Amino acid sequence: MSPQEENQVPPGPEASTAPTATTGPEAPTSEQTLLQRIMTGNALVAFLSVVLSLILGGLLIAVTDPAVGRASSYFFTRPQDTLGAAWSAASNAYIALFQGSVINVRGTTFTSVIYPLTQTLTVATPLICAGLGVALAFRAGLFNIGAQGQILIGATFAAWVGFTLHLPAGLHLLLVVLAGMVGGAVWAGLVGLLKARTGAHEVILTIMFNYIATNLVLYFLSTPAFQRPGSTNPISPQLDDTAVYPLLLGPAFRLHWGFVVAVVATVFVWWLLNRSTVGFELRAVGANPSAARTAGISVSKGYILAMAIAGALAGLAGVAQVSGTEQVLTSGVAASFGFDAITVALLGRSSPWGTFAAGILFGAFRAGGVTMQASTGTSIDIVLVVQSLIVLFIAAPPLVRALFRLPVPGAAGRGSTPRTPVSTGAAA
Amino acid sequence: MKLELIGITKRFGSLVANDHIDLVVEPGQVHSLLGENGAGKSTLMNVLYGLYDPTEGEIRVDDEPVVFKGPADAMAAGIGMVHQHFMLVPVFTVAENVALGNETTKAGGLLNLSRTRERIREISDQYGFDVDPDAVVEDLPVGVQQRVEIIKALVRDAEVLILDEPTAVLTPRETDELLGIMGQLTADGKSIVFISHKLREVKAVSDVITVIRRGKVVGTAEPSASTTELASLMVGRSVSLTLDKAPATPGEASFRVHELVVQAANGQRVVDGLSFEVSRGEILAVAGVQGNGQTELTEAILGLQDHVSGSITLDGVELVGRSVKDIIRAGVGFVPEDRSVEGLVGSFTVAENLVLNRYDDAAFARGLSMSPAAIRTNAEEKIEEFDIRTQSASSAAGTLSGGNQQKVVMARELSRPLKLFIASQPTRGVDVGSIEFLHRRIVAERDGGTPVIIVSTELDEVLELADRIAVLYRGRFMGIVPGTVSRDVLGLMMAGMPADEALAQADDIEGGDL
Repeated sequence: MSPQEENQVPPGPEASTAPTATTGPEAPTSEQTLLQRIMTGNALVAFLSVVLSLILGGLLIAVTDPAVGRASSYFFTRPQDTLGAAWSAASNAYIALFQGSVINVRGTTFTSVIYPLTQTLTVATPLICAGLGVALAFRAGLFNIGAQGQILIGATFAAWVGFTLHLPAGLHLLLVVLAGMVGGAVWAGLVGLLKARTGAHEVILTIMFNYIATNLVLYFLSTPAFQRPGSTNPISPQLDDTAVYPLLLGPAFRLHWGFVVAVVATVFVWWLLNRSTVGFELRAVGANPSAARTAGISVSKGYILAMAIAGALAGLAGVAQVSGTEQVLTSGVAASFGFDAITVALLGRSSPWGTFAAGILFGAFRAGGVTMQASTGTSIDIVLVVQSLIVLFIAAPPLVRALFRLPVPGAAGRGSTPRTPVSTGAAA
Repeated sequence: MKLELIGITKRFGSLVANDHIDLVVEPGQVHSLLGENGAGKSTLMNVLYGLYDPTEGEIRVDDEPVVFKGPADAMAAGIGMVHQHFMLVPVFTVAENVALGNETTKAGGLLNLSRTRERIREISDQYGFDVDPDAVVEDLPVGVQQRVEIIKALVRDAEVLILDEPTAVLTPRETDELLGIMGQLTADGKSIVFISHKLREVKAVSDVITVIRRGKVVGTAEPSASTTELASLMVGRSVSLTLDKAPATPGEASFRVHELVVQAANGQRVVDGLSFEVSRGEILAVAGVQGNGQTELTEAILGLQDHVSGSITLDGVELVGRSVKDIIRAGVGFVPEDRSVEGLVGSFTVAENLVLNRYDDAAFARGLSMSPAAIRTNAEEKIEEFDIRTQSASSAAGTLSGGNQQKVVMARELSRPLKLFIASQPTRGVDVGSIEFLHRRIVAERDGGTPVIIVSTELDEVLELADRIAVLYRGRFMGIVPGTVSRDVLGLMMAGMPADEALAQADDIEGGDL
């Protein structure tokens, strides 16, 4: 027995409690193990990563604030001026961020008080849908980078149905939603098919499919079928009134029924993963393809199905955009939702409700960032910095643990990791 | 050189892997460490070799306390280790591998291997190793690769050699040769720490036997002690090593394989025209050194191999070309050779693993919707019936010990009506206590009238279970012999001798035990 194996099967009955044993040899490649660890990491680490990123973001805001800069020129005579200015710069920015995303305390009417919250939910809708797609694919062992392209194709399908067909209310919207899901599912399902049949790596495939989708939409928008009559601008006609999501809380708010669809999608994905035979197959394929194969589960079918469902979810994000907020198709309709979706799934540890919560948090960042920029002059880019920091911290859990002095999972103590035995042959 | 370990304790968090272990290795002795998997043998050796720092205790060499910061210190102090998995660069020559780590160079930074070659020849001649310094390691048989590892230690003037489960990868003949080499080394004043759980070998070669259980030394024994005594010490309770099974009452031959050929991706015929039958109520054991086509044979039966020709029929129904799911549904129970890779999903719960290939059965799912309650009830029953030691049905299967993981796989496969049961390496890495239990279940399945195929590289297991034994060598059967055949005959067949020749030759030798 090599030292590594000994470590995996510690002696005694206590072995069953030692989490070191869970990192057994079932993971086929180290790359996959790493992704697995990052994507399904610890909830506490995820939370602390957010806290840490907000603190660092606050420091950045303070350092770049002009008032802080002026006060720092006489830092050694009156340090409290600098610190005070720094505190007020960061806290003002964050208060503005909060007021722009949750509750506007200065609002005079009920509507204006809760308006920021509804904005957050509106922005969160596509993030949640696409995030669920990334999370679901990940649970099936696929790193789906392609949500961006899937949103775009889904949006294109949905928009086309929305402005070309003229159908009665209800039926029209239903077809728009279905078209969006089919568009995303076909686009992502192709990736699953290529991976299952040829063994091509899904990361490379989805990245390329993103490029293709982006440029394909630009091309479509240059054809008469997608342009407004008499116009050559790359913008589609307005969707029919029967093809858009009704507003959820009346005309005072932008929040639309797409959010309800996102909630339903979350419940569905939870059921699919945790309670359905299909989810059992997908999770088995994701966690250990060899064991899945031996148990009679088709790994290729799993890949294709997982990608198709993931694409359908991303397609819903596309529908939320064209049928909810934008109501026209442009090349920028997906914004960067597809890439943020990866972050959202990551922060949500690939669980459906975790992704839902992370989607709302990122929605809040986006919605609040606008208010923050308007009221304090702090650029919305700082929000992007905070978002990126969150990913960085989640991807490096040991860093977060070291900063907060958290115990390592499987608390093995000093010298628990064997010095790599591979070196023994070379050392002399 | 006299080596002493005094009060060595190694803790991993709350887990005590070694608990105040004392061990004295006298020069010229073979000191065996006997213990089950996970008893703490390897941890102790890793402490000795400088891979782990001991939490408490000290190591003395010739009565002087020493501290090893790493393998380099241990090697400098005269301790050499041969790992179970060799630490060799396959594409390098023997000399390059031996020189690796303390290479000398000539002018211009060129490697100077002539001195290393000379030393390898000296050592090789001294102990009769028969190793060519210029052979490329990957071309050498496993037994010779192991000798290269020993040479690596000897070149660095090792006085104490640690051999970690050295016989696990060897044929019976290579094992005999290794035991012979160990005798020569000790006669030369070297001492050997021999780690094994194979009682027969330990008894044959040891001067002193130390038994470790749950991280503690539970006793020392003389090599003259009986295997039953040693096994009881190891497990901590009395074990019956011989399975009392009734003679087989084979029925109709319901499983037939005809001219089965399995090709690897490179076109090589890894299973090369096998034809055999297994009857209801009979155990056919497939013996052989690992890598002679066993994996491909069992996978072909389950439908996991791609390039299969020939015919496999179960109750007259052709299985070749059908999907794995169909074959499982047809009543084939399958215990794969590597449970953590093919048998279990480590991150799934015990309950989920117990239905891994039956999750969509009517008993556990209605349409697409699974029934967590039924899955849980099933798990509780199986945990009880198979004595699976787990905290709960919802613990991740990966956290269980090897023996309990194997019980999960076995429980899953044996808990449905079977028409054929195939188990590969059913007790590999399983503790002695569980082996007994698993063997009984296999025999019970046979007695229930199921044809059973056991694939094992352990001769003890083969002889224990088999009603008939087929020996696989390079994808072909060297013959199918009765389960009562001697170890010598099997040994010869495993090395590639057809059954009739092997039987004749074994008659000539007569009476050799090992």
